[in-house]
Amino acid sequence: MKVRLLDIAHARSGDKGDTANVGLIALRPEWYTVLDRYVTRDAVAKHFEGQITGSVIRFELPNLQALNFLLHGALDGGGTLSLKTDAQGKVYSTALLRLVVDVPDAEAATLGLPAAS
Amino acid sequence: MSEAKQDKVVRVASGQGFWGDWLEAPRRQVEGGPVDYLMLDYLAEVTMSIVQKQKERDPRMGYARDFIGAMESVFPAVAERGVKVIANAGGVNPMACADAVLAAADKAGVRGKIRIGVVTGDDILDRLDTLLADGHELKNMDTGEPLAGIRDRVLSANAYIGSTPIVEALQRGANVVVTGRSTDTSLTMAPLRHEFGWAADDWNALAAGIVAGHILECGAQCSGGNCLHDWRNIPDLANVGYPIAEARADGSFVITKHPGTGGRVSIPSVTEQLVYEMGDPHAYITPDVVADFTSIQLAADGENRVRVHGITGAPPTPFLKVSIAYRAGFKAVGSLVYSWPDAMEKAQLADRVLRERLDRLGLRFDQVLSEFVGATSTHGPLAGDGRDAPEVQYRIGVRGGDRAAVERFTREIAPLVLNGPPSVTGFAGGRPKVEEIVAYWPALLDKRAVSTAVTIVE
Repeated sequence: MKVRLLDIAHARSGDKGDTANVGLIALRPEWYTVLDRYVTRDAVAKHFEGQITGSVIRFELPNLQALNFLLHGALDGGGTLSLKTDAQGKVYSTALLRLVVDVPDAEAATLGLPAAS
Repeated sequence: MSEAKQDKVVRVASGQGFWGDWLEAPRRQVEGGPVDYLMLDYLAEVTMSIVQKQKERDPRMGYARDFIGAMESVFPAVAERGVKVIANAGGVNPMACADAVLAAADKAGVRGKIRIGVVTGDDILDRLDTLLADGHELKNMDTGEPLAGIRDRVLSANAYIGSTPIVEALQRGANVVVTGRSTDTSLTMAPLRHEFGWAADDWNALAAGIVAGHILECGAQCSGGNCLHDWRNIPDLANVGYPIAEARADGSFVITKHPGTGGRVSIPSVTEQLVYEMGDPHAYITPDVVADFTSIQLAADGENRVRVHGITGAPPTPFLKVSIAYRAGFKAVGSLVYSWPDAMEKAQLADRVLRERLDRLGLRFDQVLSEFVGATSTHGPLAGDGRDAPEVQYRIGVRGGDRAAVERFTREIAPLVLNGPPSVTGFAGGRPKVEEIVAYWPALLDKRAVSTAVTIVE
């Protein structure tokens, strides 16, 4: 089943130099496993292909049912150098929530995941 | 630990998350219910260079002037009720900042009741060449480049200092502590360390203080502001309550806000702030301690109350982070709005026309960036192609070392209104302004090269 992150998670993003971070938080504690299994480093790197110039790093925070992604080269130089509207990466959070992942039907049903419309 | 000590609760209220934050917040925090400390965070990276420029123009300036108004609004609480204020409002001139607070206290008739601890030592601008000569390379942490390449363009240089001098100021009886570039988190951790007598190597307790500081340092951003989770139902943001940490000696604390205020303190609202600007969660590095954010436990503790506990920490590194601001050329950004029908196509045509003209003028820039606001500016191709957008703001920016080229660019936008694609508006703001760019050079410096001092003034 296709599941859109917006329907199972919330997020906040920020900046450090030319790197944006996105913290992705499960809307229900039991949905953290879905984030952990399917929102891989590679899936996120592919999602942002062409928009960031550097690598993606992923950290797990099971205590907060959250993942933290560092998106390097995401801010056109970052800080005051950046010409971007979103020079501080404030809405990379919602850009990540557009990601749609494939979850096996049985697992999706057990966890009560909403299907992407 | 004695029972009395374990029962002691210290309340630190956050009243300002950056210079420019809500002017009402400090007063609301000291009047809305019991608090022991008011923490005001004024400094962002960009702020240090702004205050440095102000100090160059007038040696009595160089600090966050909003702080004086904030102090005026809380003098009764500080003078009569024993609330203490801790602020990194000192910028590059903490002593002048303290003098201005004392002058305001004089006017308010409370001068005799204000005792200010001024923390200095973070400003290393005058010592840069000595430090370099002594072998401190101050290489750019991100790129590895040596500082020599930009040395002659440096505007300000400050080490991020920790909680120790703030604790000393409190021990010496200050009821207002003014610092320069103290870390945002130390403004909250220091009063807890002071009140509970945490040892300098009590890593778990210090880390807990840092986590409390991280939650409070952005003001209402943990209590319903900028909160994506269930945002439609967050009540009464017009009357939003700024956060308060109710801390205990064991390192646990409750995040809450005053009764009767708007906003919301919930596990999701606090979690969003915890992940904000996060790097490696296992190692949140500060001058005093390295906090492990994967140890943080959150628990609901009643309405608008979240209990935070279980935090662990480890010894700090031998380095302090240094932020160096330097002149890095010029930039300008201009925009026009294109309307239906075919707003996006018109905006894209305008972009091609403008870029061709810039090319023909032979103008050279380090960077030219075009964005289509309302279509793709923040989410890029993830947002689609913008073909259905009823209106699109065409936004173009340039950056480069040649001020004249950037000036010339600013003259090329308005003409498009008459000599470019149709259905265009939104140019009333006039020609864009050319801005000098002040960029940041993050570096590490051996802690032993920085010594802080506390001066009491009253």
